Amino acid sequence: MIRLDRVSKTFPGQTTPAVAELSFDIDEGEIVVLVGPSGCGKTTTLKMINRLVEATSGTISVAGTDITSVPAPVLRQGIGYVIQRIGLFPHRTIAENIATVPALLGWEKDRINQRVDELIVLVGLTPEMKTRYPAELSGGQQQRVGVARALAADPPVLLMDEPFGAVDPIVRGRLQEELLDLQRRVHKTIVFVTHDIDEAIKLGDRVAILNVGGILEQYASPAEILRSPANRFVEEFLGEDRSLKRLSLTPISDVDLVAGPIVEPTATRGDVEATMKEHGVDWVGVGTDGRLHGWVWGEDVTGTAGDLEPRPFSVRLSADRSLREALDSVVSSHTGVAIVDDGDRYLGMLSIEEISRHLIE
Amino acid sequence: MIVAQADGDPFVRWDWIWGHLDLVWEKVLEHLVLTGIALGIGLTVALLLSALALRFRKTYAPITWVTGIAYSIPSLALFAFLVPITGFTILTAEIGLVSYTLLILIRNVVAGIDGVDPAIKEAATGMGYTRRRLFFQIELPLALPVIIAGLRIAGVTTIGLVTVTALIGQGGVGFFILRGLNRFFSTEIVLGTMLSVILAVAVDLSLLGLERILTPWSKRTGSAT
Repeated sequence: MIRLDRVSKTFPGQTTPAVAELSFDIDEGEIVVLVGPSGCGKTTTLKMINRLVEATSGTISVAGTDITSVPAPVLRQGIGYVIQRIGLFPHRTIAENIATVPALLGWEKDRINQRVDELIVLVGLTPEMKTRYPAELSGGQQQRVGVARALAADPPVLLMDEPFGAVDPIVRGRLQEELLDLQRRVHKTIVFVTHDIDEAIKLGDRVAILNVGGILEQYASPAEILRSPANRFVEEFLGEDRSLKRLSLTPISDVDLVAGPIVEPTATRGDVEATMKEHGVDWVGVGTDGRLHGWVWGEDVTGTAGDLEPRPFSVRLSADRSLREALDSVVSSHTGVAIVDDGDRYLGMLSIEEISRHLIE
Repeated sequence: MIVAQADGDPFVRWDWIWGHLDLVWEKVLEHLVLTGIALGIGLTVALLLSALALRFRKTYAPITWVTGIAYSIPSLALFAFLVPITGFTILTAEIGLVSYTLLILIRNVVAGIDGVDPAIKEAATGMGYTRRRLFFQIELPLALPVIIAGLRIAGVTTIGLVTVTALIGQGGVGFFILRGLNRFFSTEIVLGTMLSVILAVAVDLSLLGLERILTPWSKRTGSAT
């Protein structure tokens, strides 16, 4: 969908290029995140795609067309653009802001109004906001308007330059979720720039890690990058907690669960001791008919395991949660395991050994 | 200023003013027309020169230099200089009046447009605005508060300067001041001065009202961030 072929940019008055001989492809419908330290040319690269920055050499094509073959304003009307500082027009209402590109393209009034109504709902705003001015909205709401405005003329490509950089972490997290949710519905080709590796891992179908001077160090899926960083730079950029980041990308369902030390309520002290010895633990889970009621300390069992009131497991996770959450549950529980169920039926448990085995594989 | 009194007259003869309301009205209108033309032409020329200065930055210094010199020439001297060329005409008056508005207006137009948030310009350009559209549809409306602030200063200045043009046979309410001085008639001097002050305040308030109407977005702001 987007192809960069040996693209370089040297700004006037500078001797070293900001971006040097950069080549990569972006497929239709994927989110590609450009990430790297400041000075890595990620924003420059993004802006070369809509020609806010003209490449010094090399070619960029969007949907097979060389971007220099059309006038820049025409090119830009066909590419959504969202920036960190949003840049809503303060003298225009929310509806007018969203209608910016359709108005530039000369759409009929009815069609514009209909589209604005659709977008207001799509990005999670309420219709009464249409007649307000941008200054009357919160930062998060303004950025939703920014996204709606970029999507207004239904462009196939969306360029996003650190769009969530200026909002607080809670709103940022929510906007990220919303973007992923939105993407499942609109299927755009999105190029997203950030300096935040966690954001890149969370949002990207593929992540391009750039080094100072616009050098592409690695271009792969987040899982691939975390599993096998291409070089020392990537490794350092990913940070010390690379393994934990990998865990946050992996759902529990990717790992084989074990049944664990589980006994029926009718189990005697002898049965309990045998189960504990087999698993090397000092507790047992008590369950029956595919349900897990709770757990008891083995030494407390005198008659049968069912005589005791079982202690509840503090956290039970569903299989679509991440291994990172499972690990959190493991390290914060008496039993040292994460219990996985589907709300009703017990599916199995995860110990720290299972989790680390998955990482090492 | 020393005002000589005709024998036995009070300082202000209200009966004289009531008896000459037609003339007062005529001169007030003339004053407003002279001011209006000066501001209209001044703003047009200022916008053109500002557009030039914004497009070609190097021209900004010479433009403010030339208009700055024009601004610093004493009005009396300027009119005296122009009369041999353009005579005792409205043209002479307006050349002077317009040239005094330019420095203030150009500075404010350029400052207003420069003050537009770069993020707004980047977003507009990134969505496909051409330079011309960006200027007229985004930058100019957003610069309006600063431009109108300049227009208010220019307006008040021009109201005062119009009285001076009485010397070249124009002058609006300045007519009363000049004739009063010639005839040693204090009523006319006071009348001309008061009218000039009232007109200045009225023009200032009207322009403030115009700003409120033209920038509805700025009055509702501040309620949320």
